[in-house]
Amino acid sequence: MAERLIEVTDLKVQFATEDGMVKAVDGVSFELERGKVLGIVGESGSGKSVTAMTLLGLTRDQNTRFEGEVLYKGRDVLTMDEGELQEVRGNEMSMIFQDPMTSLNPVYTIGAQICEAIQVHERADKNTARRRAIDLLKQVGIPNADSRVDNYPHEFSGGMRQRAMIAMALACNPDVLIADEPTTALDVTIQAQIIELIDRLKDEFNSAVILITHDLGVVADVADEIVVMYAGRVVERAHTRQLFYDPQHPYTWGLLGSIPRLDRPKQERLHSIKGTPPSLINAPAGCKFRPRCPHAFAKCTEEPPLENRVEEPGHLDRCWLSVEEKRRLREPTLAGAEEAA
Amino acid sequence: MSERSNGGEPLVEVKHVKKYFPIRKGVLGREVAAVHAVDDVTFAVSEGETLGLVGESGCGKSTLGRTIVRLLEPTDGNVVFEGRDISKLGARALRPLRREMQMIFQDPYASLNPRQRVGSIIGTPLKIHGVAKSERRQRVQELLETVGLSPEHYNRFPHEFSGGQRQRIGVARALALNPKLVVADEPVSALDVSIQSQMLNLLDDLQKELSLTYIFIAHDLGVVRHVSDRIAVMYLGKLVELSPAEDLYQRPIMPYTEALLSAVPIPDPDLAHARERIVLQGDVPSPINPPSGCRFHPRCRYMTDICKEVEPPLVDYGRGHLAACHHPLNVDRETLERVRVSKSHTPGSADEGAKPRKPGKERARPIP
Repeated sequence: MAERLIEVTDLKVQFATEDGMVKAVDGVSFELERGKVLGIVGESGSGKSVTAMTLLGLTRDQNTRFEGEVLYKGRDVLTMDEGELQEVRGNEMSMIFQDPMTSLNPVYTIGAQICEAIQVHERADKNTARRRAIDLLKQVGIPNADSRVDNYPHEFSGGMRQRAMIAMALACNPDVLIADEPTTALDVTIQAQIIELIDRLKDEFNSAVILITHDLGVVADVADEIVVMYAGRVVERAHTRQLFYDPQHPYTWGLLGSIPRLDRPKQERLHSIKGTPPSLINAPAGCKFRPRCPHAFAKCTEEPPLENRVEEPGHLDRCWLSVEEKRRLREPTLAGAEEAA
Repeated sequence: MSERSNGGEPLVEVKHVKKYFPIRKGVLGREVAAVHAVDDVTFAVSEGETLGLVGESGCGKSTLGRTIVRLLEPTDGNVVFEGRDISKLGARALRPLRREMQMIFQDPYASLNPRQRVGSIIGTPLKIHGVAKSERRQRVQELLETVGLSPEHYNRFPHEFSGGQRQRIGVARALALNPKLVVADEPVSALDVSIQSQMLNLLDDLQKELSLTYIFIAHDLGVVRHVSDRIAVMYLGKLVELSPAEDLYQRPIMPYTEALLSAVPIPDPDLAHARERIVLQGDVPSPINPPSGCRFHPRCRYMTDICKEVEPPLVDYGRGHLAACHHPLNVDRETLERVRVSKSHTPGSADEGAKPRKPGKERARPIP
């Protein structure tokens, strides 16, 4: 068995606001092994980014409350002091942010920003750091890296900025790379390049990747395991093929059904999930998806636990319906029928 | 959305439209270069039809959309709306036409004034066009219902709504004056998947109900396929392919279209693994100095010498499928012969002749 790098157990993150406690993450658990890609899928407000940022201690604040455990190689990130955290962050775990336009500093050159990451964590002189920065830029496929290293972010295109961000994240050869919607701001052709790049670099650097996205299509090709989040909870967790070919939670069906797909004949109407995601302050009692679920019944007012219900071990879901019912009920939704009965 | 497109009178005709943005330098503001945002684009949109406009960012699709509704003045060429050339009209002459064509914007957060109430956001176009105050309120409430919001939302502010609801407000505003043409610029790209499909269904319903004509600008080929009757593909300011929707997906002619299609993620792991994926190298070149000949040639895997020198004209390959390419894909010998006779242009090779120079499933370049 490969080395287990990250182990998150029953993580809860709450933010105190004027309107009340926002339960952004409400009991999330997963593990990540070296060499694997974990996909976290969900809509905005599902808590996927907060989960990722908590792994790096980026959500720490006096108004934030944490529960549970986030173990990185056996050490709890939640209880580390700032010094220890600094050692880990950027060095052993690093993050690629969503928007390459705003997450690079416009007044420093690309090279200076990569060198900074190197020099914070290692005793490297200026020239060594610069040479490393050029090598990294070459590795992520920036042409003329020798001269490009002295460019400012505004001289780079969107795709190149995202490559530069990846170079920066890889600067210290991290064990865990967290990519938070790395391709959302990019064109499809560039998206394909970036996803391939992340997949290739994972093997080269022998690291593990957490790929956060709202697009199931993006993770289909590269993820080993997928976690589907809804309203701060994991509603389904399974190996990639299991999730796509035997999805158990009605929310996952809805996500799969509402994508206009190129690999199928065109439909007259698209399936859509009714309503909008619930407020995280006053979440509905019981199953959080109940108000939008076409299959909800009496028992759904009780919260279903996340557990293994199908034959395949390791495939967990949070739905009261029996496996047979699910397999019957999901078909029209998966086929993209407009209204599931 | 349906086959109403056939036989309809063209509502909008775009004829050789160019839009250049000058780049000025120095104290005197001399023009040193120009961004060729839209470069000689021609097509027509019939009444009741949905034309999808796709391409990567920077290809000029939004500029073209804005030029059509005359938020921008074309540098050259004509935009003809209902038989009338509107490309040179001044602001006053345009005002009555603004009723006829409206726009839905991409970002539901930036396109609504945060200090105005919903009622006044949707009511402003009515006010400008002289609808009496008493009627306005009723009309706005009707519109709110049409787009799936509740009339009680009249007095709320934009921040009280979610992204999807805001986009509905944007739609209601666009529909306030009963336009004929709606240009939707990436109306769903800022929305979540589950909300996106609600929005697409709504736009579909509204088109049927109000017999609207859409120009639907998007970069997501899945979404475009779902809504469009015909699709125009743009690359660096040029129209490179124009085709009935299904035909474009079944047999793309332009290699750029082929690459775009293959880059769309498919939510099916086995299929995604099995299919040939063409990863385009590099970025879109600068529209200030577009490449010579075919603008796509530096990234094209079928590229030969002719592509560097001669710009391929837009050629009709039959059944309304037009493309501009020296090495057309998915075209049989017969069609190719016909095209060769009718035009001075001679495409280089037929289906079996066009061979990729580089393999399809290409990984990112190895480390040197």
